[in-house]
Amino acid sequence: MQVMSSSPSLSPAFNNFSGAGKFSYEFGLKLRLKDEEPDKEEEEEEEEEEEEEEDNMGSESYEEAIAALSKLLSDKADLGSVAAAKIKRITTELEAAVADQTKFDPVKRIETGFLHFKKEKYEKNPDLYGALAKGQSPKFLVFACSDSRVCPSHILDFQPGEAFIVRNIANMVPPYDKTKYSGVGAAIEYAVVHLKVENIVVIGHSCCGGIKGLMSIPDDGTTSSDFIENWVSICAPAKTKVKSESNELSFSEQCNNCEKEAVNVSLGNLLTYPFVREAVVNKSVALKGAHYDFVDGKFSLWNLDFQISRFHPL
Amino acid sequence: MGNFFGRNQSFQMDTQSAEVGVEEGPNKIFISQQQVVDEEVQAKVEMLIAELHGTKHHPPNDPDAQKLDHGFHFFKTNIFDAHPEYFSELAKGQSPKFLVIACSDSRVSPSVVLNFKPGEAFVGRNIGNMVPQFDQLRHTEIGAVIEYAVKSLEVDNILVMGHSRCGGIERLMTLPDYTQTYDFIDEWVKIGLPAKKKVLQEAGDLPFAEQLTLCEKESVRNSMVNLLSYPFVRNAVVNGTMIVRGGYYDFVNGSFEQWKMCTH
Repeated sequence: MQVMSSSPSLSPAFNNFSGAGKFSYEFGLKLRLKDEEPDKEEEEEEEEEEEEEEDNMGSESYEEAIAALSKLLSDKADLGSVAAAKIKRITTELEAAVADQTKFDPVKRIETGFLHFKKEKYEKNPDLYGALAKGQSPKFLVFACSDSRVCPSHILDFQPGEAFIVRNIANMVPPYDKTKYSGVGAAIEYAVVHLKVENIVVIGHSCCGGIKGLMSIPDDGTTSSDFIENWVSICAPAKTKVKSESNELSFSEQCNNCEKEAVNVSLGNLLTYPFVREAVVNKSVALKGAHYDFVDGKFSLWNLDFQISRFHPL
Repeated sequence: MGNFFGRNQSFQMDTQSAEVGVEEGPNKIFISQQQVVDEEVQAKVEMLIAELHGTKHHPPNDPDAQKLDHGFHFFKTNIFDAHPEYFSELAKGQSPKFLVIACSDSRVSPSVVLNFKPGEAFVGRNIGNMVPQFDQLRHTEIGAVIEYAVKSLEVDNILVMGHSRCGGIERLMTLPDYTQTYDFIDEWVKIGLPAKKKVLQEAGDLPFAEQLTLCEKESVRNSMVNLLSYPFVRNAVVNGTMIVRGGYYDFVNGSFEQWKMCTH
């Protein structure tokens, strides 16, 4: 297996038609075997996305062909079954061509996605993107879940440059550990020490698969995954708390509570990083927890306050 | 004390000080006094408690909290409420076709740069968009992301997306640095050492800035190869149910290129 780095350019010429060529047709081909007036012009046009309306833009040159075929069949009736077989084959080929055309094309999806961004945002804000090209100074470090439904750029409308973002399963912050959790450590370190963010926000969310996985780990601790259950066990204290305090609630309600308690466990874990603790005590960084509920369309936000105060001697 | 909904506030009034904590829920108040508390302090404490009862859970003069609330409000009004069927379907479950590994850099959110809508892309973000080799001790974070995407969500594509002016890659190419050490960053970026070696071998004579660009792209390829060290990735690729892709976003020139891993 090789990694081939041929980089196709952004030309839109990616042709997904499997040899069917370019032609025009009506979606939902209806073969009319009766004689009809062939009153359409003969044009060859490029392939287009199918349109439901009945307009004659796609030229009906096939109607002439069908008229000729039906004339032949009415003259030579014994050709009927041969014709039927050939027509079936043509229909199948055309159906495949349609399917290919409407099949999801990831390359194209990425390409059009970028072109949309370039045209609607990048080129319309040259000052912003010019400044960002030189450097970033986000005020937020955000931990969000990898879930496709909870991107902070969407749900909190973060613009480019505003938030340094870590995304992992169930938006967890593990405690300081150079061996086991270097990825999270590096991100926090870079954000706090180098970028000097002013806020660290941990955002949980509804229907979190990772939290559900945590709540589903059997009591005897047997796991069946390579990584997931090990990772989500970071927030085992949240599970313990939820099970002891709300054992009478349904499983999904317990999961909902656990989503929020796990955020609190992560906030506490943030304080195990000396550079975070120092910044929080100095009040140069604020820690915030949040929960996005995409079932009800709600967002809640809370602070973690932490300080060290001296006791005056009596 | 482990109640994260609590609030501690210290006042300094003349020579007296009082420490007040308020817990939400059962509304317990405790006041510990270091010295004699006079009526003035008591009045101020009572006023504070009255204020805290009626207000939101964050102080009114927290502009950063307000920014987050406003951001959500914008999303809720213009996107969430504008497409109720879309979001109610999404609430039942996600079926993204992409796993995207992108950098945590504030300028390279895949949702923005590639216009992904909610539900389209499962995303892992870390310093330098790195995928280390399979390691159940050292790299559970990225392992869990990939495992969930491939086994549970069965994504069709993994896209590793690098970018220009990457601080992580710059750190990698700058090492060793005897003037500054980090607790975590240096060890993390060393995941990209094979890419650095290749760049130094093949382009060691080029200016540093060009080496950085080459390393940013080479590191993406290195991560793509590392993905194959995860058995569930390798199986999906060999079976033809998944394709590993690489991408590079250049925000200096406003371009994006992509490539894919070919299997024979």
